[in-house]
Order: sequence, then C-alpha cells, then structure tokens
Amino acid sequence: MKDCMMTVAENVPLTKEVYRMVLRGDVSAFTAPGQFMNLRLEGQFLRRPISLCDLGEDSATIIYKVVGKGTAQMAAMLPGEKLSVLTGLGNGYDLADAGDAPLLIGGGVGVPPMYLLAKRLRAQGKAVDAVLGFNKASEVFYEEEFRALGCTVTVATADGSYGVRGFVTDALPEDYSYYYCCGPEPMLRAVYRAAKGSGQLSFEKRMGCGFGACMGCSCRTVTGYKRICKEGPVLRKEEIAWED
Amino acid sequence: MGRLSVDLCGVTLDNPVIPASGTFGYGYEFARIYDINCLGTFSFKGTTRLPRFGNPTPRIAEASAGMLNSVGLQNPGVEKVISEELPKLKTCFHKPVMANVSGFSVEDYAQTCALLDREEQVGWLEVNVSCPNVHGGGMSFGTDPKAAAEVVRAVKKVTTKPVILKLTPNVTDIVSVAQACEEAGADGLSLINTLLGMRLDLRTRKPILANTMGGLSGPAVFPVALRMVYQVAGAVSIPVVGMGGVSCAADVIEMMLAGAAAVEVGAANLVDPFACKKIIDALPAEMDKYGIERLSDIIGGGHAWEKT
Repeated sequence: MKDCMMTVAENVPLTKEVYRMVLRGDVSAFTAPGQFMNLRLEGQFLRRPISLCDLGEDSATIIYKVVGKGTAQMAAMLPGEKLSVLTGLGNGYDLADAGDAPLLIGGGVGVPPMYLLAKRLRAQGKAVDAVLGFNKASEVFYEEEFRALGCTVTVATADGSYGVRGFVTDALPEDYSYYYCCGPEPMLRAVYRAAKGSGQLSFEKRMGCGFGACMGCSCRTVTGYKRICKEGPVLRKEEIAWED
Repeated sequence: MGRLSVDLCGVTLDNPVIPASGTFGYGYEFARIYDINCLGTFSFKGTTRLPRFGNPTPRIAEASAGMLNSVGLQNPGVEKVISEELPKLKTCFHKPVMANVSGFSVEDYAQTCALLDREEQVGWLEVNVSCPNVHGGGMSFGTDPKAAAEVVRAVKKVTTKPVILKLTPNVTDIVSVAQACEEAGADGLSLINTLLGMRLDLRTRKPILANTMGGLSGPAVFPVALRMVYQVAGAVSIPVVGMGGVSCAADVIEMMLAGAAAVEVGAANLVDPFACKKIIDALPAEMDKYGIERLSDIIGGGHAWEKT
C-alpha cells in the first residue's frame, strides 16, 4: 500500500453511467490484476474503493459506474485535478493457475479488472476467452478493447438487445483450462454453480478502510474469516463459503 | 520528558496520541507502512473471552463528516490474542500497549482481564462497557452506573494494571456513570465510544447496515465528545482519555484543554492510515501557535475561565 497524490489525466464517459478515469502518479504498489485503489474525495468521509482496469509505467486506469454522491463527484472531475489515492490494495488474481486457455468472466463494472488480467495473460501467450455480461446494448463497453488484445470475446445482455440473450452463464464456452470472474454477487453465485473446473472470483463489499484495519468487510470462508479488502477481493473457488 | 510527553495512570507516554480500538487492529497493518513506535501507545482491537465473527455485512455506512460501523467486536478471542497477536506485535512495537476488553457478563470481563494481566506488554486495560453493536453485553453495562461499577470491581480484583473504563455517550448523564466507575476504583476513564445511529437506503427502503443500527464516529461527533470530556473531567479526579472525531493536532489540544490527559484517534486512521503519525508530527508547531511549552501543562486548561 502507498498513499499517492495522483493527477487526473483523462475522465471520459464510456456509456451513460460508466466512466473511465486515467490517473497519473506512482503506481509501483500495484502487483497484480484484481487489486484496487481507494480514492479520497473532497467532502466525502470514507474513501471510494475502485478496482484497477489497466496499468502503465506511471498511470492507472479505472472504470467506475455513477451510483451515488461519491462516484457522481468523480464523474465531474477534470484533467489536472489531484486526488489522494491509496494504491496497491487487496489480493489480486494469481496467474499461475491459468493453464493454456483461461476463461475470463466479467459482469458490468466487474468487466474492468478482467482487462488487465487479459492483457497479462495474453502477454504470456495464453488463449484467452472473455465472456462479458451487461444489462442491455447501451451499457456494453470494452468489447473492442478485449478483442484488440487478441481475446475471443462473447457479450451477453440480459434483455437480449446485444450478443447472446441472457446472463454470462448462458454464454460460457465448453472448453477452458481455468476461470477468473468478477461481477455482482448474484452473478458470482451463478458462475460458481455453472462453471466447471476451478477458478478465482472477486468479491465486492462495503468497506471502511480498504487496508485491513476496521473489519468492516469480513466474510466467512472454509479456511476461516477473511477481509475482502485484504485477503480478498479475489478468493479461490475452493475457499468460498456462501453465507446463506 | 519531552514537550509532548504526558502521564497516563503512572505510565509515561512520549506523546498523548493513541489510535483507538477497532481502527488499528493489532498494530501490524500500520507497522508495515510506518514505525508505530512514534505513537504514545495504541489501543488494540476489542478482545473478548471467546472468538467472535461479529455482525453480518454491510457493517459500514457513510455519514456527513463521519461513518457508521456495526462490526460487532470481531476478534480471535483472548487466548489467540495472547498466543498469536501479542508475540507478533512485540516484533514491531516496543512500548506498553493498551488492551481493549469487552464482555457479555461481569465474569467474562474479569476472566479476559485476568489473562491479559499476565502479559508484560499490556500497560493498561481499557474496559469497553460501551459497544453499541452487540446484544446482551457491551453498552448495557455502560448505561447503568451500578453495572459499570460492578465491572470495575470485578476487573480490579484480577489485575494490578491500570484499569480504564471506556464509556458510552448513549446515556442521559455520563457524569453519573463516570463517578460510579471512579468510586468503584477505576484508574482512568476513556470517552466517548460511538453514538448510536442509522442510515436507510433510499432504493430498498431498508437499513444500510445489516445490524440496522451502528456507531457514528468521525469529525461529526467531535463537539459532542468534547462536551462530554469537559463534563466528566470536571467531575472526577482520575485521568480521562478523550476521543471522538479527533483528526488533527488542534483537536488534540482542544481535547486536552477540555481535560483529557491523553487523546485517542479513531475513524481518522481509516481514511488516512498515516493520520496519527501526521498529528504527532504537527503537534509542536500547533503548540507554538498557542504559546504552549509542554502539553502536560494544558490538561484541563479549558476549565480555568469558570473560576474567574
């Protein structure tokens, strides 16, 4: 973890509610895709945790959806504005288990962390299959970006207005070596049940600190209590214990 | 004795800044990012006799200038704290630590304190009779002067370490609880724990916190905390540790003027992990602004005007 002053380099809408922000600054604390940063916003007490979408030499890209006051404030930020950011938070995806043909499953704002993961896996020469799920056509983003990395991309929309009609679980391919998943909890549950083989899933919870101090985001796992912000957000399929 | 040093129940602190229980774990998350030996001490995560997972999530909600939590005393239990957490702490913190203890019965408090009493690194027992997030314990002891006094007497019997009672603001008259603790033999008091609060989600029309209610902390509560520290410090002769929304060096000075012998910093650690270090570093310059030579000189200084 590092506390960095970062500068907004870009902040553009990708859809009506989803924005991409590029932040420039020290990104040396990030070690893996699936990690997140915690942004301090003027006038908001708690920081806002947002997962890492892409990483450059001195830049980090995040993609966020406007859902409340904090994210609305982020959407109004202009290039040149500065933000206090805790970087390199959380336990990200472990690429060592990927095998030759990993499957990446992202839903909504669970798609962004899959991008850096796809980039890293492609750099290792893996054949990457990406299944991206959205509610409707107007909410689809990053399909082309995944394709540009050389991934095989399938898009599913819940209302059928684009790609496969249905959820990501309706669009899973037959063959893959291992899977990685990020999305809302109902989607994680569905993938956990439907996807064959082993994988890693990234969880979201309301956090206090984001670095393991407050116990605000604890969950039970088969290997004991874990903090989503610290031992997570990525958990291995085998350690997940659904709470109800 | 430096400019910042203070005495807390017979133990000298290099400075009065103490991360509050529940915002600092058992220390080592913070020891990874700075040398926590710069702290006066810190109060470790509220510890109970048996392990606890705590409340369901969400446990955290945002508020104006603050936050709500309903963690519910998640901790590994006193035996694991002693066998695992304290040995780890010893490698990165070389000062006496404040052991924060919670319980569900008088015997519970006494048993946990008796075990911690044997630990060399424990400098003080901070007995939490004020957790708003557990049922059948915690705050129910702190809202009744008689029950609080009973906890004090039971704990004092099993320890020679200074016993500091952590009080709840969720009472009509905090002074009566404070005085009952003093009469029962408490060596010090710390206040305030969080204020009971609640938020609703406008979309679902349900509470944001899974436990419905939670404790409010952060800068929003500072004036309430200061008022209570002022009232209690004016009514007891044992040391008072002030806390509630402290987030800068000026807040520390204000708390000490109100009568605090030392100051705990809570929610600020969660938004800025370096908060306590920054406050300590900023204290000398802030003291210079107000012509304060030594911090220990100003404790209760905010009461002097009453006599004029």
